Amino acid sequence: MATLPVDELKIIERFGPHQSAMTGVRLSTSTEPERLVKTHCCFCGQQCGVQLKVRDNQVIGFEPWEEFPFNRGMLCPKGVKRYLQGAHPDRLTTAVGRDSSSPHGFSPLPYNEAIARVAGEIARIQQVHGPAAFALLSGASLTTEKTYLMGKFARVCLRTPYIDYNGRLCMVSAGAANKKAFGIDRTTNPWSDMVGTEVVWVAGSNVAECSPITTNYLWQAREQGARIIVQDPRITPVARTCDLYLPVRPGRDAALFAGVLNLMIEHGWIDRDFTETMTVGFDEVAAYCRQWPVSRTADVTGVPERSLRQAAEWWGTAKTSFLFHARGIEHHSNGVQNALGTINLVLATGRIGKPKSGYGTITGQANGQGGREHGQKCDQLPGWRDISNPDHRRHIAAIWGIDEKDLPGPGVDAYELFRKIDAGEIKGLLSLCFNPIVSLPDNAFIRRCLEKLEFYVAIDFFLNDTARYADIVLPGSLQEEDEGTVTQVEGRVIKINKAIECPGEARQDWRIIQDLAHALGRPHGFTFSGPREIFDELRRASKGGVADYSGITYEKIDAQMGVFWPCYSEDPRTGLAIDHAGTPRLFEPGSYNPVARGEGPFYFPDGRARFNVAEYRPAVDDVSAEYPLFLTTGRVVSQFLSGTQTRRIGPLVKQYPEPRIEMHPRLAERLGIADSDWTTVETRRGAITLQAMVVTTIRPDTIFIPYHWAGPKSANQLTVAAQDPISKIPQYKVCGCRVRKADAAPAYAAVREPQQ
Amino acid sequence: MAKPAELHFFIDPNRCIGCQACVQACTECDTHRGESMIHLEFIDRAASTQTVPVVCMHCEQPTCAEVCPADAIKRTGDGVVQSARKPRCIACGNCVVACPFGVPELYEDRQIMMKCDMCYDRTSVGKKPMCATVCPSQALFFGTLDQIGQLRPLSEPVNQFRFGHQVISTRVFMMMPGGLVGHRPLVDVTAAMQDRPRERAIRLTPATTDPFSQVEV
Repeated sequence: MATLPVDELKIIERFGPHQSAMTGVRLSTSTEPERLVKTHCCFCGQQCGVQLKVRDNQVIGFEPWEEFPFNRGMLCPKGVKRYLQGAHPDRLTTAVGRDSSSPHGFSPLPYNEAIARVAGEIARIQQVHGPAAFALLSGASLTTEKTYLMGKFARVCLRTPYIDYNGRLCMVSAGAANKKAFGIDRTTNPWSDMVGTEVVWVAGSNVAECSPITTNYLWQAREQGARIIVQDPRITPVARTCDLYLPVRPGRDAALFAGVLNLMIEHGWIDRDFTETMTVGFDEVAAYCRQWPVSRTADVTGVPERSLRQAAEWWGTAKTSFLFHARGIEHHSNGVQNALGTINLVLATGRIGKPKSGYGTITGQANGQGGREHGQKCDQLPGWRDISNPDHRRHIAAIWGIDEKDLPGPGVDAYELFRKIDAGEIKGLLSLCFNPIVSLPDNAFIRRCLEKLEFYVAIDFFLNDTARYADIVLPGSLQEEDEGTVTQVEGRVIKINKAIECPGEARQDWRIIQDLAHALGRPHGFTFSGPREIFDELRRASKGGVADYSGITYEKIDAQMGVFWPCYSEDPRTGLAIDHAGTPRLFEPGSYNPVARGEGPFYFPDGRARFNVAEYRPAVDDVSAEYPLFLTTGRVVSQFLSGTQTRRIGPLVKQYPEPRIEMHPRLAERLGIADSDWTTVETRRGAITLQAMVVTTIRPDTIFIPYHWAGPKSANQLTVAAQDPISKIPQYKVCGCRVRKADAAPAYAAVREPQQ
Repeated sequence: MAKPAELHFFIDPNRCIGCQACVQACTECDTHRGESMIHLEFIDRAASTQTVPVVCMHCEQPTCAEVCPADAIKRTGDGVVQSARKPRCIACGNCVVACPFGVPELYEDRQIMMKCDMCYDRTSVGKKPMCATVCPSQALFFGTLDQIGQLRPLSEPVNQFRFGHQVISTRVFMMMPGGLVGHRPLVDVTAAMQDRPRERAIRLTPATTDPFSQVEV
């Protein structure tokens, strides 16, 4: 049983999170690096180019990489300090096994013994309960090679349908909406196309903190005349100086988009030629939007009528435009509808597939794009193929050298996977690059599920918060200890380069997966000598799929500083071999794709984009008399996701040490709360006590808590496990809550450091 | 080598997002590793997310050097006001008190004043300062006057500042919104401090002072 082996504070004492510091060679002003390694940041989907300074198998600092075209040397504080995750006191340099007789709950294990034990447990569980009793959780911060290998490992080696990934918490609403509207799932234009456009609409994205490098593109667009519209319940740093701020009430985004489109229809600001010749479904959308006259839209969304009219006029009459959205509109039980609402606004104007006009979702994780394309999603096979499609199954089974009948069918999303653990259907779990006890909503449920597992193995470089429940933790690799590709926010495939070797008995994650396959006695298909060989198979597997990587090579990525997919090895028109540079801009007039075959630029047989009725539905567990305030959650610039890495980097912890509850002074006054007061927030799931941060930059009916912390500081103790019916993304961005001044400081304050 | 004369430093607080990339990057610089020489402050976080980054303005006639009793602060020929020279600095703190921009800081543990030297180890060999290289909003920019003019037609660089009776010319430029710069390209800092702070530095169209005024609590 995977309860904690000893008191959690005892585990923390040995395994952290502790803060790293600039000491020794990392502080010395006279130490010269042996070499500079050109690579990319390990954190968000911007994937900034950076050069790591390496000496004595240690990353000792960084040097900006000004030639890389996306960020030209720019970095956020995480990118600057990322190198301090290396040579860390918390680093796992051996496997560890759960041991309640050890003072800190875990004892070191020889690597081979740990692999043998894990393989033995997997075999035992699958023999007793069937192959589907063992599940995998994977992640979108992994290289595409690793995500491909994880999908293959689940289906070919473990023969389980149950694999899903943490992009389920991140990109799936956008991905599902893109699939429904365009037949392909990628941002349409390189970011450089933004400069020179007339209007940029930023829907639910705290660009300054979550994708900082995009800020300069926004500001450059504005200097060249663009108007910036920002839709957010908080006046984020980018909203502060925008031209039009839409202070939307949490969970009402689809209503806002319908209302604005209705105004555009009323005023004739629709590109009828485009909607008639290049799309289908406009009339149904228009009929739905008629239910959203501006007065009702204002009532529901909380955005004043005149602001809605201004947005409609600017958006409706522009000649060029960009629209971006991120988790602010996607993290909803209505997330796909919200994203489709933005796409309808774009399609109605015909401003897509052009040099200064585009649409995109800002990816969250490093490989938020590539990680959702090549088969670690529960319903997907490589090349953005569908695991339920017989042709797709046959193609991939042939690449993998297995009988199509032996390929499992679709599994379930990451949260449903936990429900299956709760129901006793899934007995064993392997996780890589996923920290669900911090990152999933209503995480008291996740803890109960972890306690029910017969066997849990985690692969990680640190003992992350969830791995404390593991039976065995295998020592994985940092990003700088391996090579491979990721696909960044623009759809540009880039190369992560290895800077140093793994310390001690730590191994590259792909080696660990292959070692498990061998120990299980099923090495077939898991004999790759390295990421390059995995990538070569991935290229063949993706060939002919929508996400076609067949023409991409490591050498081409180096030479071009990235390759935009689709990139073909054979001309899709002629079938002849070509040297294809890639596809920076999608949907250009006259463009050819293998789905439409010349019928049009979009990835459907008729070549046309789809309007989809984007219906507003109230949030699950919305505000009520009992829980009258909106709770919304998100990020701060100095931390990243569940904080496994960033809560261990001293200077980043110091920048924003602990979560605080943002609230408006009018709300604070009514509740008798002053800035820094200990404050308790309650929802139907649980309660949290943190210090208040009283600011006028948030709607007075809404509070905000960042989610990067664990245990008693975890915002996901409060959030609701409601999910979008199509994408299965959780509704992190809204639920009802109530707030009061705390009776006293919480007990954790005396015993836990800020990052713990 | 010297910093190329055509390259200048520009600060645009309107762009700043307060991310502290500059602060974190400054601590990585080889002449003062572990310490940041940048001042990045919220004006009033309760009222706004507005932040202002300040590096040394590198005055034509540096007040810090003028008041230094030990002659420890030198301005090099390329216009860069250097950090205090270790053998000379007596850590008296005169410069800290005198600098109108509040830039120098006294490090009691080391008994020396340290301040931004425009990454002289980098700029003197043709690189950009670390902070301006990494800044994701390019609120900190390093380049030529021509470049900034082309990139930012809506703003104007200003490098004269009035503090009471003292007018200071600096090598570092502050970017002002085009409409705000009057006939004289000068920022009257003393007068600006007399102004009531604007309620919110947010520019909203249609204009509203408080976008949340309709929201009931």
